[in-house]
Parts: sequence; C-alpha cells; structure tokens
Amino acid sequence: MAGPRLTMDEARAWLAQARKAAASEPKAELEITAEGGDSALTRFANNGIHQNVAESSVAISVRAQVGKRTARAATHRLDERGVAAATARAIALARAQTDDPELLAMAEPEATTPVNRWDEATAAITPAERAAAAGAMVEAAKSHGLTAAGICATHCSAVAIVNTRGVEAYYASTGAEYSVTALGESSSGWAKASSPRWGDLDPRAGARMAVQKALASARPREIEPGKYTVILEPAAVLDLIGFLVWDFGALPVLDQRSFLSDRVGKKVFGDNVSIRDDVFHPLQSGMPFDGEGVPRQKVTLVERGWVKNLVYARQSAAQWNEKHTTGERARATGHGFGLPNEYGEAPVNVVIEGGTTPLEQQIAGTERGILVTRLWYIREVDPYQKILTGMTRDGTFLIENGKLAGGVRNLRFNQSMVEMLNQVEALGPAVRASGEESFDMVVPAMKVREFSFTEVTKF
Amino acid sequence: MRDIGGWGLDAATAGGAEYADVRVVEERHRSLATKNGKLGHAVDSESQGAGIRVLVDGAWGFAATDDCRREAVEEAARRAVAIARASATVRGRRAVLAPEAAQRAVWVSPCKQDPFAVSVEAQLGELLAADAELRAIAGVTLAEAQMNFARQRQLFVSSEGSEIEQTRTLSGAGMAALAFANGEIQKRSYPNSFGGQYQLKGYELIGEIALKEQARRVGEEAVALHKAPQCPQTAGTLILDSSQLGLQIHESIGHPIELDRVLGSEANFAGMSFLTLDQPGKLRYGSPLVTVVADARLEHGPGLGTFAYDDEGVEAQRAEIIREGQFLGYITSRETAAEIGLPRSNGCMRAESWNRLPLIRMTNISIEPGALPLSLEELIADTEAGFYLETNRSWSIDDRRFNFQFGTEIGWEIQHGRRTRMLKNPSYSGITTEFWNSMDAICSREHWRLWGTPNCGKGQPQQTMGTGHGAAPARFRNIKIGTAYAGGQS
Repeated sequence: MAGPRLTMDEARAWLAQARKAAASEPKAELEITAEGGDSALTRFANNGIHQNVAESSVAISVRAQVGKRTARAATHRLDERGVAAATARAIALARAQTDDPELLAMAEPEATTPVNRWDEATAAITPAERAAAAGAMVEAAKSHGLTAAGICATHCSAVAIVNTRGVEAYYASTGAEYSVTALGESSSGWAKASSPRWGDLDPRAGARMAVQKALASARPREIEPGKYTVILEPAAVLDLIGFLVWDFGALPVLDQRSFLSDRVGKKVFGDNVSIRDDVFHPLQSGMPFDGEGVPRQKVTLVERGWVKNLVYARQSAAQWNEKHTTGERARATGHGFGLPNEYGEAPVNVVIEGGTTPLEQQIAGTERGILVTRLWYIREVDPYQKILTGMTRDGTFLIENGKLAGGVRNLRFNQSMVEMLNQVEALGPAVRASGEESFDMVVPAMKVREFSFTEVTKF
Repeated sequence: MRDIGGWGLDAATAGGAEYADVRVVEERHRSLATKNGKLGHAVDSESQGAGIRVLVDGAWGFAATDDCRREAVEEAARRAVAIARASATVRGRRAVLAPEAAQRAVWVSPCKQDPFAVSVEAQLGELLAADAELRAIAGVTLAEAQMNFARQRQLFVSSEGSEIEQTRTLSGAGMAALAFANGEIQKRSYPNSFGGQYQLKGYELIGEIALKEQARRVGEEAVALHKAPQCPQTAGTLILDSSQLGLQIHESIGHPIELDRVLGSEANFAGMSFLTLDQPGKLRYGSPLVTVVADARLEHGPGLGTFAYDDEGVEAQRAEIIREGQFLGYITSRETAAEIGLPRSNGCMRAESWNRLPLIRMTNISIEPGALPLSLEELIADTEAGFYLETNRSWSIDDRRFNFQFGTEIGWEIQHGRRTRMLKNPSYSGITTEFWNSMDAICSREHWRLWGTPNCGKGQPQQTMGTGHGAAPARFRNIKIGTAYAGGQS
C-alpha cells in the first residue's frame, strides 16, 4: 500500500460526471460519497497462520435530491457509464417517493479542522511484516505451553464527500490493529490494541499480557452469581458504553427510542461520570466530518453525571428546533450519517474522562471483587433501563484482600447501565482501548460496586 | 465473468499456487424503509469484484479486487500468492483439502416475481400502508417498515476444473411498532424482529408476509404490553414460537457445530465450541424428539442457506446433525473435513461477497417437525401451567455455546391449558444440552416454518451471512424464566 487509493480530484470528476448524467434534471442536487482503500488482515490460530487476506476497492454512492425527495445509489463501476447509471438510479429512486416537507437542501460548504492520521510506514506494511508479528505472538504463547490465536491487520483508506453546493470534505487515514488470545487447558487470556500507526503497537507485549492472564486464571473455580464489586478493564468498559452512545443522537430522542427520551438535561449518572465526543483527541481516530460533509464538533455529552448535550445531524437539529421552541437552538454538530437514513446521528469518537486510580490500585483497594478482562456477546435486554446482558471472557479473576486470587468460571451479567454509572467507585487514566462489541474509544478502567452477575457457565 | 476467472486462475497457478479458486461476483441490492409515514431510506447499490484464494506450500492466501480488468485481476492473484508465501512462514498444520470432483453447472434460484422489476412506488406504497395501520393505534410512538432485496450472480472456478455459475435472489420485509410511555419502551415486530422474514424468493414473499393485514394487531400489542405485568422470575414449562425456536437453533446448535470453531480457528473472535471431537456418536444433545439437519438443498425450502454449490464448489447436501437426540457430526469445509478424517466436506463454505474469504457457515439448520399432528393451540391446551414466548428481543450465549439467555418481545402465561394474561419483558436462560434434553413436544409439519436470519456475523474481517432455520413451536420443561431482570429493576 502506498498513498490513498482515491483523491479529491477524482471525487470532483465523479461529481462532474454525475452532473452531466443528470442534465435533464437541472434542479436536482447531487452528492458523491467516495470510499476506497486497501486492507489486509493476517489471522492465526493453533499457533499458525490459517487465514491471510487483502482487499482493494473504491466505491462511490450518488445521492440525488429532487425537490423534497432524496435517495442514494452505490456502485463500484467508476467509469463515466457507471457513474451515469448510478446517478440515474438515484434520481429514479428519489422520483418514486412522495415529498418530505422537512427535507433540507444539501449542506453548504464549511471549513473543517483537519486531523492527520495518515502514516506512510503503516501504509507500507507488507504481508511478511504482518506474518512476523503474528509469529512473535505465537512464539510468546508456545514458549509457555499455550496456544495462540489472533489477528494482525493494517489498512489505509480515504473518504471524500462532495456536493453540488460546493462541499468538499476529504479524509485519508491509516490504521493498524492486533488481537491475541492465549489458550491453556482450562483458561485463556486476551489482549488487543489499535492505532493509526503500526509503530505505536507492541504485539509482543500484548501477547505477554494474554499469556500472563491465561496462566493466572488456570483451573478457574466456580463462584456463586450475585452482586459483586467489579473492576472492568478498559476493553470491557468500552464494549458496555458502546451500547449507550447511540442513544445520544437527537433523532433517537425525538423518536422516543432512546433511554434519554425524557432525561436530557437531567442528572442521570454519578458525579464522577463525564463523557464527551472528541474526534480531535490525540488518542482518537476517525474523520472530522459527517456523512454530509458537515465539520464534526467536540460535544460534551455528560458532565459530572448530567446529560448536557446530544449530537445533531442537520436534519435532526431542524426537527429539534421545530419541536423545542424555547431554550438554546440546536445546531448540527457534524455527527450525521449519510442520507437518507432513519437513525440520524451518533457520537463515534467517545472519550470518557479518566480518574487517578490505576488498575493496580483499584485491585489493591478491593477486599472482594471480580476483575473482568473483556466481555462478550453483549445485547440490550431493556432499552429504557438500559439493561445489558453478556458474558465475561478470556480472563476473569476473583479479587480477595486486594490481590488477584485466581481465575473464576465465566459469568453472565444482567446490569442496567444507568444503575452502573451511578455506582462507579474509581476510575483509572483514560486510554485508547479496543474491544469486539463496539468501536474503539478512549476510556478508563472502572471500579463498580454491586455489578449484577446472574448465572455462571461451565468454563 | 469466465475471462475474469480464467485470468485469476492462470496468474495464481503461474505464480506457484498448488491450488487456486476464483469467485467472480456481481451483486445488486435495494433497501427501502419508512418511518412514521415518511421515507426512512431508499438505497440501490451494485457491486462486482473477484476474490482469489490460493494454497502455496500448504498455506493460504486470499486477495480481492473490485477492478475486474485483466491487469488488476492478475495483480490480485499474484498478491494472493505472495500472501500465502508469508503465511507459510508461520504455518501451523499443512492445509489439505478433502477430495471433490470437478463440477460444471449453472443454477438459478426460483424467483416468481423479480423484485427489481417491481416499481419502487409500489414497494414504498406497501410500506406506507403498513406504517399507517401501525400509527392508527393510539400509543404507538414509532412505526417502522422495511423491504430488502438482493441478487447475487457468482462464477466459481477452480484449478481442479470446476466452473459453477449460480444466481440467487433474496427478499425480505418486516415492520415494528414502538410505544414509549412512563419510562418504558415496548416493541412488537412482524413477522420477526430485526428486519422481518427473509427467504430465497422473489417479490412473491412480500405478498405472503402481508404486512398491512397484521399491522393493527402489532401496534395494539406494543401498546398493551405497557399494561401487562412483568414476567416473573421462576422455573417452569416454556413454549416457544417457531421464530424464537429458529434463533435458539441458530445460537445453540448452528454455531457450535461449525467445525472450524471446534478446531480453534475462531478462538480469538467468535469463540470455540463445547462439541469437542470426542462427542459425535456419544453426546446426548437433546431429547428423542430432537432431530436436526443442515440442509442446503432446494428440497428443504427457499432458505437463506439454500444453494446448489457452496463457495468451494461442493454440491449442496443434507447432513444429519442430531438424530433423535444423538449428536452425529459437524458442518464442514474441505480442509476441516480432511483434518478430522472425513471422506468429503458436507458443503458449508460460504463468503459474504467477492471481497471475503469463504468460511464455514450455517446453511439451513432446521429441526424436524413432530410426526403426529399438533398445532400451537393444541400444544397450549396440553400444558397445565407454563409460559408461551414469542418474537426475539435479545439474545446472548457464551463463547463455547453452553450458557444462553434470550428475551422475547411478548409472552403469555398458560394456566390449565389456556393462554391467559399477557406478560411483558419475558426471558429465559439455560445450558444448551440441558435445554434441548428438556424438549417434550414439537408441533407438526404444517406449523413448521423456514425462517431467515439475515445478519449472522463471523470471521475477521467480519462477514455477515444469511442462514435458514426451519422450526415449529415446541415445549420445554423446567426452564429458568425471567432471568434477564434478575439483576434488579422492573
């Protein structure tokens, strides 16, 4: 990989081709969203590479807006005929609708604060380098009599959004990630990390952590389910919070599908819970504009337990102001999804404010509790109480008298997130973390009292 | 398509691949949704590309490109070979494929009415009509309806001489009513949650689903749930509707029988399986009423797991997984079949599209219906006390597929053979084999339905696959009920 696979000039050219194709619809507005890149993922299991893949692609979608109607058509055919065909399909889809009186005209250009997350070295990583990293993780496990499974992945990608009102938004980025599970006879351990830069990652250190967890949790004992003080490592925190953040969109609140439907502006969580969306945070990744090319803003979502703000797409901000005629007027925050969609927007660059109690200190200060490395198969049980269920996985430990006292069999939890975020006793420093149930976030390890485990499984 | 496949194969073998296959795929999708009387989304997409899989020195490589010009396809093939050579530097077991005869075939799935030939106006009209009926019920705060259509044309060619062209058309539709009031959100969906029902059919499926006809009942139930009592936490008899039983099969039978999970390939992500290699022929998976098959043949029905050949060129088969409660075996690929000494794969390798590697995926994993005539009403009449649960709301299972918990949108208490009061927030949980061994009744063929699960995730990079699950309402004894709310609240 070297250099972004698509450029702003190409996006402009596709928009010109779409305009030409739409010549018979002179009043139609057009938007092109182009996405392209190269990605590669090396996967290993049973101490060997068993899957190893790479993909190159560029695709565009054309959004056509004809009066108060809009639709989208996507294609990988990027010659003039392909672009024209997609444009015609989008216009036909739009024409087939009835008018939506609330539909806004397309976005106008605004200045975007750039972020630089393109790393040439990451873009140039070869299959041999990924294999070497995988090999290092395998060796770390084998040297302790364990079996390794995991991935090592890199990508470089670009997205461009242009429209006939002059929006020109472009973002190119690289990314790298590893994940490793070390498996023993009766236990397992896990570690994962990601960054825009391959050089930031230390797969060997991750493998050592996974090995250490597998060894320390061997021969797990079964404990009774119930309410425990729990220390959630950052990956476990982000996978839970990931089920919360979609409700911070204005449209889910307007639609009354959000747990915040009657809680905006209220104290919902404990004093030590503050959450913001910040694409510019040095540990974050992601593009600094939304699906219409609107610049993304920093937004404080929760401040010391108070739900302060939501995020808004343009359309949702207009709908919000229509419904709420008093108070501060809502403005687009640059978090909207590509139109047309029925979900509106969401914060996807989540930062949870950390504290001053590192993980080790949280453990040391716990008389009896459970340390959770990661969670698995989390699903929403109750959309308003925000009860989530799921399992612990790959390193669940009993804490006794401030020390890890061995592994325990994995437990099922059923826990209200509203309740949990009122029972936070300590927070570690916020770090960039990766899980499997949600996107990467900047989150702290979290000590929570009375976390509810309802069942125990067989391993 | 044949040219593209040939370019990829030739370049891969010239580069040193001892085995290669190429899948050239063209896809078209249409997705329409309405929300509260307005358009939700209208998206039409097409995609094409080639995925090239090679074996070099017993190690795998795969590369995919959406540029189907000769130079780009040949470059992708050379890239796949280079990747395989890198794999060989950290190779585990040498990959060996179970033998398979070369196949030449053209197959098109049955489609009575081409969904892409039906006007978008008509399709949106159907959705808006259902939406209006949902919103006609006082208390419904959000109405959603959707339709999705896909057509995939794929050419599979391999260095062993196979050349298989398949075209599959899929359709799906569903709707949901949400009711928010007094700090509670309730939801009812039809004909199933998470998008509705999906099958390997054309637009004729939409007529069968008949959204508008069911909309008022769906809306009324969503509102009525607010006044229903909370499902108790207890142990008792459970009857599941066929859609929930389909998801129960998916999670607690379909995934654990994937042989790649059993062998550890998914240990880092999707997890492993309790069905270790010493279990076939020994494990009592369920009661004698439990017979489960993996059947990709059209004779089984128009499921999301129905095809003529899998993505390794293996002909669709019917494999017995559980016979009268006895666990018999797994769903396989050519490589995993060879690894455990089977003579042939039972044909379950499937890839999401041209840009993804085939993995072992469920086809149609279905439970056989009961032999004697039995309807849901008769099953309830035969139950002294218990709970009848309908339509999935939440689902979760551990990474070896022992402990599960499901929530459903709605439930009813059964007393003295009658369905009595409605219950809100129902759930149940258990351990897989204990659960299936507790099944003591299942309804008969006329109440058996082939459900489609369009959103099954697996693999890294993750792939989404559609799977089929035939099921009829069934009864289970001594099941834990209401555990999802055992943590407190409500």
